[in-house]
Parts: sequence; C-alpha cells; structure tokens
Amino acid sequence: MAAKAFDEMNSGTDGSVRVPYRGVADWLARTSPERLEATRREVDLFYRRHGITFGAYGAAEGSETTIPFDIIPRVIAYDEWQFLHKGLSQRVRALNAFLTDAYGQREICRAGIIPEEQILMNGEFVAMAQGLQLPGGVHAHIAGIDLVRVGEKDFYVLEDNVRTPSGVSYVLENREVMMRLAPELFAAMSVLPVADYSEELLATLRSVSFSDGHEPNVVLLTPGHYNSAYFEHAFLADEMGIELVKGSDLFVDESRVYMRTPRGPQRVDVIYRRVDDAFLDPLAMRPDSFLGVAGLLGALRAGRVNIVNALGNGVADDKSTYTYVPEMVRFYLGEEPILQNVPTWRCDRADDYKYVLEHLSEIVVKEVHGSGGKGMLVGPTSSKAEIEEFTALLKARPDNYIAQPTLALSTCPTFVSQGVAPRHVDLRPFVLSGKKITIVPGGLTRVALKEGSLVVNSSQGGGTKDTWVLAPDQADDR
Amino acid sequence: MLSSTAKNLYWMGRYLQRAKSTARLIEATQRMALQSRGEEAAGVAAIFGMEDEFRQSQAQGERLASLIDFLVIDENNPSSIVNSIAAARRNAREERNNITVDVWESLNALWLELSARLHGNRATLDRGALIESVKKQAVMIFGAAQVTLLRDEANNFLQLGAFLERADNTGRILDVKFHLLRPDGNPSAEGLDYFAWSELLACVGAVRTYRRIYRSALNPMKVAELMMLRRDVPRSVHHCLWMVDLNMRELADAYGTRGEADRLAGELHARLRYARIDKVFEIGLANFLGQLRGDIGTLSDEIGRQFLLD
Repeated sequence: MAAKAFDEMNSGTDGSVRVPYRGVADWLARTSPERLEATRREVDLFYRRHGITFGAYGAAEGSETTIPFDIIPRVIAYDEWQFLHKGLSQRVRALNAFLTDAYGQREICRAGIIPEEQILMNGEFVAMAQGLQLPGGVHAHIAGIDLVRVGEKDFYVLEDNVRTPSGVSYVLENREVMMRLAPELFAAMSVLPVADYSEELLATLRSVSFSDGHEPNVVLLTPGHYNSAYFEHAFLADEMGIELVKGSDLFVDESRVYMRTPRGPQRVDVIYRRVDDAFLDPLAMRPDSFLGVAGLLGALRAGRVNIVNALGNGVADDKSTYTYVPEMVRFYLGEEPILQNVPTWRCDRADDYKYVLEHLSEIVVKEVHGSGGKGMLVGPTSSKAEIEEFTALLKARPDNYIAQPTLALSTCPTFVSQGVAPRHVDLRPFVLSGKKITIVPGGLTRVALKEGSLVVNSSQGGGTKDTWVLAPDQADDR
Repeated sequence: MLSSTAKNLYWMGRYLQRAKSTARLIEATQRMALQSRGEEAAGVAAIFGMEDEFRQSQAQGERLASLIDFLVIDENNPSSIVNSIAAARRNAREERNNITVDVWESLNALWLELSARLHGNRATLDRGALIESVKKQAVMIFGAAQVTLLRDEANNFLQLGAFLERADNTGRILDVKFHLLRPDGNPSAEGLDYFAWSELLACVGAVRTYRRIYRSALNPMKVAELMMLRRDVPRSVHHCLWMVDLNMRELADAYGTRGEADRLAGELHARLRYARIDKVFEIGLANFLGQLRGDIGTLSDEIGRQFLLD
C-alpha cells in the first residue's frame, strides 16, 4: 500500500524531489533531527499554553488534549491550487443550487436524475426548511471539501461537508506556529497568506443578512465550552470581533432574535451556528435541547434572522447523495465536473451490494451518515474478525453503507519518532459562499501519523500540517 | 457585550482575587505559627467561619496542616485556592474571545502548573511552592489585564469583581483578627503582641507600608485605619470601594442608566472616604465592620440583579 503511494516530495521524475518541495527538502537536509525534535516539543508547549485543545464531550477538564501538529509543511504549487480552486468553486456552486432546489421545486427529481426519496426520506431532511427563500440562494455558506491526491494530477473529492465543518482554526494557528518556528523556511519560499480568512468569513456572514438598511449584527452560536471544537468557536468569534453566544444568551420576541446584554436586548441578524440542526430550537426540533433558542425557526421563517449554514444541509453531504454530485454539476451549471468523485458502490443497489460483500478485504466501507472516521471498515488493514463483524452490520442494513476502492492517498514527509518518514495525508479546503465565493489558499492538511494508516481523523490519531500554496512567481511544478 | 460575558468576567475577577487573598493569608499564618505558640490556625479558621470544625480536630500541628489543605487543595471546598483558580480559568475559557491572549495565557499557565502539581504524589506536594506560585502568577494575570485589556465594559466587570472581593477579604480579615486580639475592642497599644499585629498587616502585605506611612510603632488603631480607611493603600477597604464606585460610574456612563447598585456603591465609597478612625472606635469597630460587610454583600447582590441577570 504505502510503497505504491504518490509521495508529494519524492515522486518527481526518477525519484527526484518535486519542484514545489525543493525548499522543504533543503531545509530538512540542513536541519538536524535533534533540532526538529526540539522544535516539535516547542510546538506542543505552544499549543498547550495557548489552550488550543480539543476535549471529547463529557471528558474531565484535565483531559483536554492537543491535536498533534507536524512541523514539516505540505506544499501545493500555484497551478495545482488554481485547478483545485476552480473545481471547488464549481462543486460548491452546484451543491448550493441543489440545496435550493431540494427545499424548493425539486426540479432535479422531476428531471429523473435524483429520486425524490433520496431527499425526502433522508434523515437529515428538515421539513421546516421547505420553501425558504434564503438571501443569495446560499445554503452552504461554509463548506469543507475533503480532497485526496493519488498522483501527479489526480485529485479526488472524498466527501463534502456542508453542515458545520470545523478545522479552520488549525489552518490559521498552524501558520502562526510555522512562522514562529521556521522563519528561515518562509524566507526561502514565497507562501500565499491565509490570515484573511476571518475577514472573508465575516464579510460572507454579513452579506447574507435578510435585513437591508442597517448594519447586520452577526453572532457565533456555540454549544459551549464542553464542545470539542469550542476552541475554534472562541477563536473565530475573537478574530471576527463578534459575540460568542450560547442558546441561553439569545431569546426570540415577536419573531425577532435578541441577545441579552447589560444594556438590555440587542437585535441579532445573522447567526453563524456551530450547533447541529436537531438542537437549534426546542420548539421545532428536539424538545430536550438546552443548546438552542426557543422560537428561532419561527424567526428564520419570518425572514428576521438568517442561520448559517442553513438547516437541512445534511441532504447534500451524506455519503449516498455524494454519488450524485457530478450529475448536479451537469444539471445545474451545464458544465463538466472539474473535480472527480471517488468511484463509489452504493450498497442499496443489488449489483453494488454483491460486489462489496465479495471484496470487503480490498475496499473501504463507510456508514452513509458516519463522520469522524467512525463506523467505517478499511478492508486491507482489517482483521478477519473485524471484517466478519462488519459483514453482519452491512447485511442488516445495506442502505446504510457505501463502499469505495482503497485509495493510495498521497504521502508527505512527516516527523515521527523514527525520524522523517512518509505518511498519508488529505486536504480540507474551506469554501465561503455569500455574494461571491472565496477560498483561502490551501486548507487543513490532516496526516495519519501511524505508519501505513489511511485514517487521518484527529479522533483516530491523526495530526495536522501547515498547508503552503506557493505564490505564482515561483518555479513551476514541471 | 453579553450579560453572560459580564458575569464570567466579574466572577473571574472575584475568584482570582479570592485565591490570591487566601494564598497571602495562609503564608502570613504559617510564618506566624513558626515564631509563636499561639492559636494562629484558629484565627484563620475563624476568618473562613469554620472555627467549630477546626476545634474538633486533634493536635495543633496537625490541625494547621489540615486547615491549610482545606484552604489550598480541598476539592470539596468551593473557595479553596485550587478550586478558585479552576473556576476563574473556566470563566476565562468561556470568554477567551473577550480577554487578551496575555491574560488568558497567564491564567492558563497557572492552571496548568497547579494541575501538574496536584497530579503528583499528594504526600510530597510542596504546598509552600504552590502558594508562592499562586501569589506571583495572580499578580502577573492582573498585571496582564492592566496593560493589555481594552478599557471597555468587559474590563469594568473584571475590575468590579476583583475589587469587591478584595474589599470583602480585607474587611473580613480585619474584623475577625482584631476581635481575636482585642475581644474588648480596645484600640490602645498597651500590652501589644508585636508579632500578632504585624502578622495581621502581613495578611494584606502591608507591614512595610505601615512603616512608610506612620513611621512609628505598631498601634491597633492605626492598623485598623490603614486596612480600612487609607485610600492610598491598594488593599484597604476604602481603596477597593473607591475602585468599585469608579467602575460603576463608568458603566453607568456607558449605559446611560443607574440603579440601586450605583447608589449603594456611591454610598459605601463615601462612608469610607469621610470616616474618621477615632469615630469608628466610638461606635465600635465590630459594629462598623459588621454593617460594612453586610452592605458589601448587598452590593454584590444588587450588581447581579442590575447587570448580570442572576
């Protein structure tokens, strides 16, 4: 597996160093392992002192941990990024068109491209969002599109995240850390900055307010400090200079949303929520939710407050809808998809199901609604017992699973206990959609720190890297 | 700014100050216990209103050690130093977007240090070093707030919490200790136990300050004046209530409204500003402090009602 993988540094012609990585290769050659190790320790201390931590729900306060950060950056050439940028914009435009349609007339179903039950029977479908006219027709304002690379020119979309994708704070913090730790490397290579993400995010949020005429008041709604991504919520609110609110800070009166302040109630126009759909409004969704605001959906339907990302986006990003995204691009945009999907077998289709059952040891099977690297089987690295166990799950509910070939994810040089070694990586760029589409260069590179492992999720022992998109004046990757 | 933010910052100030005051008090008590055979620990127990529990435990030495553990690391004591720092850090963590990186990092560093110390063997835990750290770091945290925080409402609430807590701490220490040393309330210097009275000053870090101001031998009336009425002594009740009043005025100006909390803050400030120490002793220090401490408690409740939506 690992032997075949495309290495982003060393897979140049005849095993030479690829051009975009020359600066990094020189730096690695110059820097002793002891120095790298010292730097790595410094990083961990930095993250802990900053309190850049994540903790699982319910964990004791002392159990906050940091996500391992690898000090060797992942490099993307400018022309590679231009290609990705075009493909990502296109894909997110199509996803937004689909979401508008899914909660509108469902033309795509009428055209026979997607069966209506794919939308209506989806557990993530929110009936209360039907017929809503959202500002700019945008539903997925912040999208995290997971990409993998398998060759010099071969990128695939692994999954779309259009509910409440997280991780962008690491993009910004990782860059801060790298600039502090390896200024000499920045001097040698010209890297496109990422620091304007927060400003672009705020502009995007402000641009989708229902209200015109007055300055929109934007807030970030968090489930609170027990949430594993709380650091990110606080970080983004701070960067944007907006209030970080919990459900208890807000209330609805006459279909308007207000926040409680020592001055008295203040109106809220746009809510960037990091709370899941089901918990947003105890009157409309789960009545046992303490995280939401009673009456919020009424205010949304009255056009008094916009909720970002929109409700019910899960119909567009689950792993069975994923298979239709290339069709969405053709249907809504009349274009050929620039970014390819990973070929996917849908276990609710008899032929696919049969194939999957016969090839379990070679492929990856995923739960349709699974996330965080859970509920999945990586055939080639699984034991016989694990495969048997999974077979039972699959047979019980075939429609709950999809399968994909095991991709040889590209590798990047990574500093591990044995020294510098190749490890598999993916990439999550963050696409902002408001009046326009904005993508900050790069994104979050996640790296599987275990040798040979293809699971990059932080909850499963993955780490992160700073992602460098090189400026166009640099030597081209040819 | 949100009401919940105001509340978190107010309590962050209170808890941090509480930890700092307790650390200083324990240190002064320990030093005193080393030089005399007096019932020092009983005095401290009284300050925290737990003298009965304290008398029930055994030997004096053990009693002091267990009292210190109760005040420093006891998980069941909500006001123990460790719990206070954890609470302040929890408040800060919820508001880290409303405080500066310097304030957050210095508080987080203290919390990490305490966690690491507590993680080890309790038997070999160096209480003295822990207390020293809390004292030093608390100064760093307040200093970071002083030089980095935007002078806005958030800062006003942090200051309100810290100064109100400090006014209460100083008032309580003076009240209890004075009563222990002079049960009859007599402020004359006759038969004065030098160590006991200098320890009382040490509880608020004012031994040298006393010498600078009065340039004379220790005198109970002057000690009381320094701790209560001197506006230039940063831990005096007067200074603290002056700062409380100042922050209340800034909030009133920003919000354009006033309430009972504003009136009471102004009244308390004026009471200390225009008080004379000889008149205070005419009505009795215990009376004066009893009334004052009750009013500080009421002010705290009124602040909660007026701003924090308790």
